[in-house]
Amino acid sequence: MSELVSHVERKKVYVLVWVILLCFTALTTGVAYIDLGAFNTVVALAIAVCKASIVVLFFMHLRHSEKLIRVVVGVAIFWLCILIVISLSDFATRNRIHNPSWPQNQPMTVHHLDMSPGTTTAQ
Amino acid sequence: MSEEQHATLVAEQFDDQVQQYQAASLGMWVFLTTEVLFFGGLFASYTIYRYLHYPGFEIGSHHLEVLWGATNTAVLICSSLTMALAVRAAQLGKIKDLIGLLVVTLIFGLIFLFIKFAMEWRHEYLHGLAPGVNFTYAGPHAHQVEMFMIFYFVLTGLHALHMIVGCGIMTTLIILAARGAFSKGHYNAVEIAGLYWHFVDIVWIFLFPLLYLIGGRY
Amino acid sequence: MGTVTTTTLQQPQAEEYRVHYLNAAYGIKSWLLTTDHKRIAWLYLMSTTFFFIVGGVAAAMMRLNLISPQGAIVEPATYNKLFTIHGTIMIFFFLAPVVPTVLGNFLIPMMIGARDVAFPKLNLLSWYIFITAGMFLLYSVIAGGVDTGWTFYTPLSTSYVDTHVVSAAMAVFISGFSSILTGLNFVVTIHKMRCPGLTWFRLPLFIWSLYAASLIFILAMPVIAITMVLVVLERLFHVGIFDPALGGDPILFQHLFWFFGHPEVYVLVLPAMGVISELIAAFSRRRVFGYGFVAFSSFGIALLGFLVWGHHMFVSGQSVYAGIFFSAMTMAVAIPSAIKVFSWTATLYKGSVSYEAPMLYALGFIGLFTIGGLTGVFLASLGLDVFLHDTYFVIAHFHFIMVGGAIMGYMGGLHYWWPKMTGKLYPDYWARLAACIIFIGFVLTFGPQFILGFEGMPRRYAMYPPNFQFLNIMSSAGASILAVGYIMPLFYLIWSLKYGADAGPNPWGVKGLEWETASPPPVHNFDKTPVVTEEAYAYGAHPAPVTTAAS
Repeated sequence: MSELVSHVERKKVYVLVWVILLCFTALTTGVAYIDLGAFNTVVALAIAVCKASIVVLFFMHLRHSEKLIRVVVGVAIFWLCILIVISLSDFATRNRIHNPSWPQNQPMTVHHLDMSPGTTTAQ
Repeated sequence: MSEEQHATLVAEQFDDQVQQYQAASLGMWVFLTTEVLFFGGLFASYTIYRYLHYPGFEIGSHHLEVLWGATNTAVLICSSLTMALAVRAAQLGKIKDLIGLLVVTLIFGLIFLFIKFAMEWRHEYLHGLAPGVNFTYAGPHAHQVEMFMIFYFVLTGLHALHMIVGCGIMTTLIILAARGAFSKGHYNAVEIAGLYWHFVDIVWIFLFPLLYLIGGRY
Repeated sequence: MGTVTTTTLQQPQAEEYRVHYLNAAYGIKSWLLTTDHKRIAWLYLMSTTFFFIVGGVAAAMMRLNLISPQGAIVEPATYNKLFTIHGTIMIFFFLAPVVPTVLGNFLIPMMIGARDVAFPKLNLLSWYIFITAGMFLLYSVIAGGVDTGWTFYTPLSTSYVDTHVVSAAMAVFISGFSSILTGLNFVVTIHKMRCPGLTWFRLPLFIWSLYAASLIFILAMPVIAITMVLVVLERLFHVGIFDPALGGDPILFQHLFWFFGHPEVYVLVLPAMGVISELIAAFSRRRVFGYGFVAFSSFGIALLGFLVWGHHMFVSGQSVYAGIFFSAMTMAVAIPSAIKVFSWTATLYKGSVSYEAPMLYALGFIGLFTIGGLTGVFLASLGLDVFLHDTYFVIAHFHFIMVGGAIMGYMGGLHYWWPKMTGKLYPDYWARLAACIIFIGFVLTFGPQFILGFEGMPRRYAMYPPNFQFLNIMSSAGASILAVGYIMPLFYLIWSLKYGADAGPNPWGVKGLEWETASPPPVHNFDKTPVVTEEAYAYGAHPAPVTTAAS
C-alpha cells in the first residue's frame, strides 16, 4: 500500500532554484567589490534573506506544507528577532544622557573593605 | 489500531502513516526552531559586537579569503540541490537514484569540510589569526580583530560540527537505503534529514556575507 | 471401576489478575529500556526526588549556617558553593523537569486519549540525557564544587574562579537538551495525537499549560545552551568572549543568560499552575471559571515572559531606556497570572468544595503564589528594585513562587494522581497533616526574608550584621519544619504502595479521560480509543462533593 503523504516537486523547479541560488551567490560576492558604503551590508543581508527564503519555500517544501509548519517557521524567526533587536537596543541606547552628577560619571574611588573574620561589615 | 497497518511501517503509537509522517515532519521543524535559537545566541552576540567594534571586525573580515567562502557557499548550494532531488527520488520509490544522490550530497559535504578545515582554518592558524592557540596580529584594533576571529571560529566551528553530524546522517541513510529500508510512501527519515541538511545550508547562507563580506572589498 | 472424584477448592477471587503497565514486565531491563511513557515518568520521579534531596541538603546547610551572624558551620567560600549547588540543582534538576516529566509524561497521552507520546524512544533518550547531565553536576560537587551562583556571571565564572565551572556548565548544557527533547515531544503529541472529538478547547487546562511550558523549553533552552558553550570555550581556550580587554561585555552574558533565565522561571511555574486548574476543578466539582481566559493566559505568560528579562539587570549598567521597557513589560506579565488566580477563586465560589490533601495544596498555592506574584510587581518597579536587588526580598519573592507555588503544585498533583499511577490510596489524614506542616514551615521560612531583604540584608552572603539574627533564626527554624513536611510523604506514599487500599479507576469521582481507565492503567492506556463528546470538567449543575474511600 502506498500512500503519497507529501507533494512531489518537479525536477525543473529544483534546478531552477539551484541556478537562482548560484546567481545570488555570485551577485553578493560581486557587489562586495563595489563601494556602496553602509548599503553593502544591507544588500548582502537582503540577498541572504532571499536565498534563505527560496531554500525554505522550495527545497524544504514550505510552499506545500500545512499551515502549522508555517506558524513554526514564523515563530522561530520572530523569536530570533526578539533576541537580537532587544539586546542590541540596550547597547544602542546607552550613554545617551550625560549627567555629570550621576555616580557612573564621577571619578572612580576605590574602597578597600576589611573582610577578615571578626570585623563587622559596618564601616 | 487500524487493521490496514503494516506493523513494521507504522509505529504502534500512531494510527496511520499520515499521522506518523505529520508528527515526524512537525518534530523536525520544531527541532530546527531550537537550532535557530541556538545559533541565534551567537548571531545576537556577533551583531552586538560588530555594532560596537566595527573597525576591528572589518579588518578581521578582510583577512578571510572571499574565494574560499564563495566556493563553499556554492558547494553547499549544490549539495542542497542533490539532497532535494534525493528526497524526490525517495518519494517516487527510485531507490537507486536515492542512493546515488545521497552519495553525491555526502561528497559535497565532505568537500565543504575539507575547504573549511584544511584550507581556511589551517591558513588562519599558520598566519597567527587563531585566538587561544596562535594569535599574533598586532596591527590596528588588534583586540577587536581578535574578537572577530573568536566569533569566526566559534560560528564556523559550530556550523562545521552540524555539517559533520549531517554527513553522519547521510552515511546512515545510504546504508539504510542500500538495505531496502525505504520505499514509496515510507521515506520519512530521508525527508526530515533533508530538512536538517537545508537548515545547515541556510545558516551558511547567512554566515558567508556576515563574516566574509564586511565593509566590502573595494 | 470407581470414579475418581476431584474436588477443586474454590479460590476466593479477590480480584481478577489484571495486566497493567507495572506488572506487564519485570526486571531492571524492562525499566531501563522502557519506551512506555508511564514507566519513564517513574524513572524521572526517582531521579528528580534524588536531586531534590541533594538540593535540600545544601539548603539545610545554608540555613544552619545563617543561624549565627558570623556563619555557624561553613566558611564563606564553602557557603558560595552551597548556594550555587542549591540553585543549580533545584532549578535544572528538580523544578524544571519535575512536573513536565513526571506528571506530564504520565498524563499527557492519557488526557488526550493516546497510546503514548509521539516519540517514545526520544522520551527515553531525554531521561538518559538528564541522567548524564546529573553525572556532570555530581562530579562538579564531589570534585570540589562551583561557587559562581547558578547564574554563572562573567567575568567571575570565566576569568576569576578556579572551581569546577566547566563541568557544571556542561551539566546545565546537557540538561537543556533533555528538556528541549521533552518539550518537542509534548508539542508534537498534543498537536497530532488527540483522540477523536478532542478539540483544542475541550482539552484539560493542564495540557494547555504544559504546551505553553514546552514552547518555552523549545525557544529558551537553546540560548542557555549556547551561552554555556561560550563560557566553557572562554575558560578552556582562554578566548575573551566576555573580556572587556578585547571589547567584550559581561552585560552581553547577562542578556543571553536572562533571555533564557526569565522564561525558564515561567517554565517552572506554568505546569504547576496547570495542576492547580485540575485540582480546583476536581475538588469544587465545577468547570474552571473562564476556561478560555485561563487557557490563553498560559500563552500570554509564555509570550510576555520572553520580553521581560532585563528586569534582572536594572542595576547592571544596561541602558535606562531598556530598563523602562523591561519594567513596563514586567508589570504587564503580572496580568495573565492574575487572570488565573481570579479564575480559580471564582471557580471555588458556589462550588462543592472539599478539603482532601490535593485541595489543601491547591489552596495554599493560590495564597502563596499571589503573595509571590505581588512582590514581583514591587521588583518590577525600577526605583524600588534599585534598593531591593540582590537582597533577601528577591529570595523571598522567588521562593514564594517556586516553593509556595511550583512545589506545592507538584505535591498536590502527585497526591491527586498517585491513585491513578499506583492503583493505591494513601492515608488522607497524614497527607493533609503534611500539607499543613509544609504550609506553616514555608511561611515561617520565607516570610521573615521579605523583612530581612527590605531592611537591607544582601543575598549570597555567609554572614550578616547582628541585628538580622532574630529573623534569620526564625527562618531557619521554619526550614526545619518545612523539612519535616517534605519527609512525611516519603513515608506514607511508600507505605501506600504495599498497604494502601485499592483505588479503582476513579477514586475522586471526577471528570477527565485519565479517570476513565483502570488504576494502574493498562500498557496502552485505554482498551479502546476514547471518543470525546463533552467539554472539559463537564460537571452538572449541582454535583455532589468528592467522596473517597480513603480516611
